[in-house]
Amino acid sequence: MQRVVRAAAALAFVVAVSVSAYAVTDGSGDPTAVKNDDGKWTDKDGNPTFKVDADGTVDWYTYSGFIRYSSECLRCHGPDGMGSSYAPALRQSMQRLSYAEFYATVAGGKKDVTASQELVMPANGENKNVMCFIDDIYIYLRARADDAVDRGRPQKHAPKPASFTKAEDACMG
Amino acid sequence: MRLASAGFWLAITTTLSSGLLLAPANAQNAGDPLTLQANPANVASPTVSYDNHRYSALDQINAQNVGKLQVAWTFSTGVLRGHEGAPLVIGDVMYVHAPFPNTVYALDLNNDGKILWKYEPTQDPNVIPVMCCDTVNRGVAYADGKIFLHQADTTLVALDAKTGKPVWSVKTGDPGKGETGTSAPMVVGNLVYVGVSGGEFGVRGWLAAYNTSDGKQAWRAYSEGPDTDIIVDPQKTTALGKPVGPNSSLRTWQGDQWKIGGGDTWGWLAYDPKLNLVYYGSGNPSTWNPKQRPGDNKWSMTIWARDAKTGMAKWVYQMTPHDEWDYDGINEMILADITVGGKQVPALVHFDRNGFGYTLNRETGELLVAEKFDPAVNWATKVDMDPKSETYGRPLVVPKYSTDHNGEDVNTQGVCPAALGSKDEQPAAFSPDTNLFYVPTNHVCMDYEPFRVSYTAGQPYVGATLSMYPPPGQTNMGNFIAWDAGTGKIVWSDPEQFSVWSGALATKGGVVFYGTLEGYLKAVDAKTGKELYKFKTPSGIIGNVVTYEHAGKQYVAVLSGVGGWAGIGLAAGLTDPHAGLGAVGGYAALSNYTSLGGTLTVFTLPSQ
Repeated sequence: MQRVVRAAAALAFVVAVSVSAYAVTDGSGDPTAVKNDDGKWTDKDGNPTFKVDADGTVDWYTYSGFIRYSSECLRCHGPDGMGSSYAPALRQSMQRLSYAEFYATVAGGKKDVTASQELVMPANGENKNVMCFIDDIYIYLRARADDAVDRGRPQKHAPKPASFTKAEDACMG
Repeated sequence: MRLASAGFWLAITTTLSSGLLLAPANAQNAGDPLTLQANPANVASPTVSYDNHRYSALDQINAQNVGKLQVAWTFSTGVLRGHEGAPLVIGDVMYVHAPFPNTVYALDLNNDGKILWKYEPTQDPNVIPVMCCDTVNRGVAYADGKIFLHQADTTLVALDAKTGKPVWSVKTGDPGKGETGTSAPMVVGNLVYVGVSGGEFGVRGWLAAYNTSDGKQAWRAYSEGPDTDIIVDPQKTTALGKPVGPNSSLRTWQGDQWKIGGGDTWGWLAYDPKLNLVYYGSGNPSTWNPKQRPGDNKWSMTIWARDAKTGMAKWVYQMTPHDEWDYDGINEMILADITVGGKQVPALVHFDRNGFGYTLNRETGELLVAEKFDPAVNWATKVDMDPKSETYGRPLVVPKYSTDHNGEDVNTQGVCPAALGSKDEQPAAFSPDTNLFYVPTNHVCMDYEPFRVSYTAGQPYVGATLSMYPPPGQTNMGNFIAWDAGTGKIVWSDPEQFSVWSGALATKGGVVFYGTLEGYLKAVDAKTGKELYKFKTPSGIIGNVVTYEHAGKQYVAVLSGVGGWAGIGLAAGLTDPHAGLGAVGGYAALSNYTSLGGTLTVFTLPSQ
């Protein structure tokens, strides 16, 4: 079902905009990587995005995002963005959430407490383990939402860029 | 409401008039847990009895007739989250608890389970995301006309058992720092004991005792810190027969790390009336990154025996020094007098997350047996049992599976068990008829990669990423086993598709009950493990099976309502990162079998 809907959406996109071999779109639009800044890719609108080579090698940030997601987010959202009995499947949420919306929810949290459900996302704005890697987590989940990476640990990844280590040290303190 | 309470009062008076009211009104009065536990018609305590046997002397339902079991009635808790624990039955009233918002119902067993009262506290929903792995609660305790509940927000409340109205309440912790309440309290005499959750938030664990009459704290013993904080006597408190010495905890931490060192206390409590000792386990040290906290990290991962009145520790035993895998030591302590090496011993039997089944002398803390209760366990070759050895009592860790040895940013592969342990909080049962322990187990392995994290109060403090999958070449993620604790051997083992995350019940009828994550209540033969009955309840079972008698008839009850770590880890189905492309998603996904929702299902035999 998911696949059918997605395929239809992709088809609509191709017809309307008539671009791209990568006929996929998510909450931030076309994820195709166009610009590389020392191993960190952005799309045509300047949103962080993933880059997966033909042999399956993922960019460093996608890999780092997997690691950080699995440590900081898995305990509620389940492995690989698949969702759980406790919190929604982010690989689906990311199909409609823009980068700005994702950022705002992670930093500021979210509350949806009704008679039938209690969904509460904590505000992570002060949490270095999340905020220092928020782009990494975004990029990984965007790749999951667009089926660009499979479940589980990416088997091959680009080397860690020097600018990443510098930024990590500065941010983590 | 008033009328209902009156009805309830009448009901309980009728029951108690069968002799219990004649007991003297001192510590052993009619409302004392020990007195109530002696009557198998009741489910008097969250652990059924102080010794944690989870054994019932009722035998109307037995191996011959259990196949005819039928559903007698059901009850929805109105809450969707994971339902752990079990209801209490005191006389003619059943007390049913639920996860956050921690609703408690009193149901009139004389009136088809009519609701006598309902208690629903108002709690700040901000506590929800600081509860690691679902908003579970493992139940309420009863004593002397009061129901004791440790709420998610760490409010310990005493309710009037007749009306559900709070008598007193006290805040035991600070959810702003990640301290939460999930475990069931225990009452001994005039003290009620509670522990705390929050190992994934750097919460320093404690066990606290409060006066049942007014909620005043009697003592609080931390798992880590100075000797006064952890309430030990450096000369008299022993570890493996020797005094622990001064600063036994501080010596094993770098700097102030013990202050955010974990060792939380969210498991089941046990009590030995003869020795007047309370037993429990402390959990994993924080963070999950072992490189960040050098040392043995005492007294995380420890079995504690404390004086019930003063809290003074009599003995301790640390099972997994310097944890590298999240093998929380919180699982229940089962107090049973069994034969070990031809001698009758006052034993404490404990099935740890780390995959070893331990038998100790509960009076002295002497280590008698430590054997793997899942053959898949590989992180340690064995526990050193030689008292003359320098590593006496310690697990002999296999370097290949040591996440500390392999270091930060290295993915240590193929470690069995996974972080959820060979067994988690789901309690085992012991039958004095067969002398066997019935253990619900997980059969899952993992890859584990630790990395550097920083601490912020009230934020997750984890520092490791993991992937889980069944042991190589196998597809079953759980087993329900019978264990001989005297020899440390598996007697029989029933494979289960998913981890068995439900507490077991053993009965005099020769039947053992447990629940499965798909939602089946199962009855098996206590001697052979042969399946005698199963019924699929509305949701996956992570609650504990209990049995009671009402109006001369035996009932079996269980809460279903999938969730907890099991619901999070197994919902989407496990993947094996080493199976190669195409095998991904190869194992059963729990979400294909069951969905959320809390229901109590009560079974009985059809009328003749």
